[in-house]
Amino acid sequence: MKSSDINKQFVVFELGKEEYGIDILLVKTIEKMTNITRVPKTPSYIKGVINLRGEIVPIMDLREKLNIEKKEDNENTRIIIVHLNDMEVGLIVDSASKVIEINSDMIEAPPDSLREGEENVIYGIGKIDENVITILDVEKILTA
Amino acid sequence: MDINQYLEIFIEEAHEHLQNLNQNLLNLENNPNDSYVLNEVFRSAHTLKGMAGTMGFDAILNLTHDMENVLDAVRNGKLKVNSGILDVLFECLDFLEESINYIAVNGKESENNADILKKKLLNLINTDNVTDRVYSEHQHEEILKNFQFNQYDESIAEKAIAEGMKVYKIEIVLKKDCMLKSARAFVVFKSVEKYAEIFKSYPAAEDIEDEKFDNRFRIAIITGESKERIKKDIESISEIDDVIIEEYYISNNVQTTSLQDVAIAIEAKESNEEIEEHHTKRKVGKTVRVDINRLDNLMNLVSELIIIKTRLEDIDSDSKNQNMAEAVEYLERITTNLHDAVMKVRMVPIERVFNRFPRMVRDLSRELEKDIQLNISGEETELDRTVIDEIGDPLIHLIRNAIDHGIENKNERLKSNKNPIGNIFLRAYQDGNSVVIEVEDDGKGIDIDSIKRKAIENKVIDKSEADGLTEKEAIDLLFSPGFSTADTVSDISGRGVGLDVVKTKIESLGGTVGVETITKKGSIFVIRLPLTLAIIQALLVIIGDEKYAIPLNSIKEITSIEKDSIRNIQGQEVILYRNSVLPIIRLAEVLEVQTSNEDDKEITIVIVKKGDKNAGFIVDDLIGQQEIVIKSLGKYLSGIKNIAGATILGNGQVALIIDTNTII
Repeated sequence: MKSSDINKQFVVFELGKEEYGIDILLVKTIEKMTNITRVPKTPSYIKGVINLRGEIVPIMDLREKLNIEKKEDNENTRIIIVHLNDMEVGLIVDSASKVIEINSDMIEAPPDSLREGEENVIYGIGKIDENVITILDVEKILTA
Repeated sequence: MDINQYLEIFIEEAHEHLQNLNQNLLNLENNPNDSYVLNEVFRSAHTLKGMAGTMGFDAILNLTHDMENVLDAVRNGKLKVNSGILDVLFECLDFLEESINYIAVNGKESENNADILKKKLLNLINTDNVTDRVYSEHQHEEILKNFQFNQYDESIAEKAIAEGMKVYKIEIVLKKDCMLKSARAFVVFKSVEKYAEIFKSYPAAEDIEDEKFDNRFRIAIITGESKERIKKDIESISEIDDVIIEEYYISNNVQTTSLQDVAIAIEAKESNEEIEEHHTKRKVGKTVRVDINRLDNLMNLVSELIIIKTRLEDIDSDSKNQNMAEAVEYLERITTNLHDAVMKVRMVPIERVFNRFPRMVRDLSRELEKDIQLNISGEETELDRTVIDEIGDPLIHLIRNAIDHGIENKNERLKSNKNPIGNIFLRAYQDGNSVVIEVEDDGKGIDIDSIKRKAIENKVIDKSEADGLTEKEAIDLLFSPGFSTADTVSDISGRGVGLDVVKTKIESLGGTVGVETITKKGSIFVIRLPLTLAIIQALLVIIGDEKYAIPLNSIKEITSIEKDSIRNIQGQEVILYRNSVLPIIRLAEVLEVQTSNEDDKEITIVIVKKGDKNAGFIVDDLIGQQEIVIKSLGKYLSGIKNIAGATILGNGQVALIIDTNTII
């Protein structure tokens, strides 16, 4: 099998008007918005912690992290729980709609001109039909 | 004191140690030069010895002591690990296993003694060079010895002979360079089976199949064929070095017995089986060991249940359905009880571990002719089950050390104007987010120079290194592997396995162990264990519109003061409280909370202590005292200041736990 034949699955969600994707293998669950307990002395994009079925999970507002204009939380707001290297973090997004499959050939390197906040966390730009999806690098989101 | 109540623990742990020993000896067989594995074997044997000593099971104590001698010789390079030594050690393990099973059923040690094994162990040490030749002879002996017919085999053989058949024991020696030994053995089996019935083999058939034999094996067969015919037949198979056949005759006294006796023998065998069956139904089977992960899982499920229950309550408050209200109320009661039950399952008072020690101290002090008083306090302190299970061994080691090395004998104590009765203090208490266990003795203290001398002797460090050590560094040497300050190997301690086991164990639990010593006054070992996953009593407070938990054990008292009584001294807000100056900390500021209660005249203060320092925390309101489960904030938020963790409240909400130590 050539590397170009690999299809990867991504969870697609919306931030502002754009669609973003993250590797489905890093997603544990997708939750509805719930009560968040604020944790003092953390960066402003850390909203606090939630009780996820008995486990304490930190929550990050991805919109704030990526400097995207914040929408009011509504019934579409979701928390995507990602896990990586023993870390579990919930990412707040405007909505999470679907899972798509993208051939690795269709993922291009990120463009040079990026908004501040985005520059370090984008893995690439995925094209599917006429749509463009920004694929995020979860590891960089958690460490940057 | 009734020892039976600790029998369960002993048997559980002994089985664990045997399992450990078996595994590590097998490892050692594969990596004879791995000193880490060797140390592990040593430790398990040592702990087993200690445990048996505590319980007063002398045969086990003596055998493990002799095993240790052999292991010690191996560690010092006097003996080389080979299958000869390992075979004997495995035999010892089998004996120990049997003894422990016997104890489990009968509650006391069996009369069987291990003299043969002990002799074998002794022989191992006395044989200077265990060469390959000796080893192979030894193996031969092993085969011979292990190939005795037991009662069952005998009855089969007798029956066959009575029917006019012949019984042969055949030893087959394969050529040294035989490549596929098990395949060759298989050919032999197949060939023999054409005209004979194989009813026994050594090693067992499975082991032969797995090539778990050297180059010889034995079978016992029933056949009508002659000796010569069989010999010829087997020799015709290639790669066979030698075939030795001996016919089995019923020994005289048996020969006169009738078939009836054979039947009795078979019956006896059957009743043996019954006994074996009985073995599996051990008397001590009231505890079940459960993987702690399963408990975690259970705990999480219960938390989830509580969240759902809270949601149901919300839905219920909107409806006017009487039945629904009753059902939800019932559900609430059940979930609350379930939650409590699951939490309690994990927590065990340390008493369970501590209670084993008085007997041990008594026995040891008698043996050493020292008068020793054991003072236990804080045995009600609760610890997570994982920790309780693991803390026993290190404590045994520390107490043994205190008795053996710490407390002087009567004359010495009298000479240095001390009470002739020595004291050992065993304390447990909770300190903030950790549980502290102290083992203190009022003995002679630790002699720094003697540590250095010993460390040089045992090649832990060299002379120049020793001179450069501070007192503390020298004491830390006690915790290095292979170190011991006792001049003679004693039954109690002094093989240098004690303290490094203690340290490894405690660290594996995420804790620390330290020691303080004053010459002639005594020493104190302090074990500090984290309290993660543990349940604590906490005071829930409100700050702004947020809820926080303050561990109750760090709270001294709660009071309310006039707002005007706060003074400002050098930038620090203080009040004069009970004639002393009490610093005031506004939690809302520390925790970056917006609070609206600035205008209140009365202020609620929670007075919190850290060591001998106190501080008053200003809170907006008190909710009450509650048992809470401490949970970590996770790796992503690790290292957040002032927060010790989080807890999930009954309604599923998360409340943060204030780390009072970092705030004061």
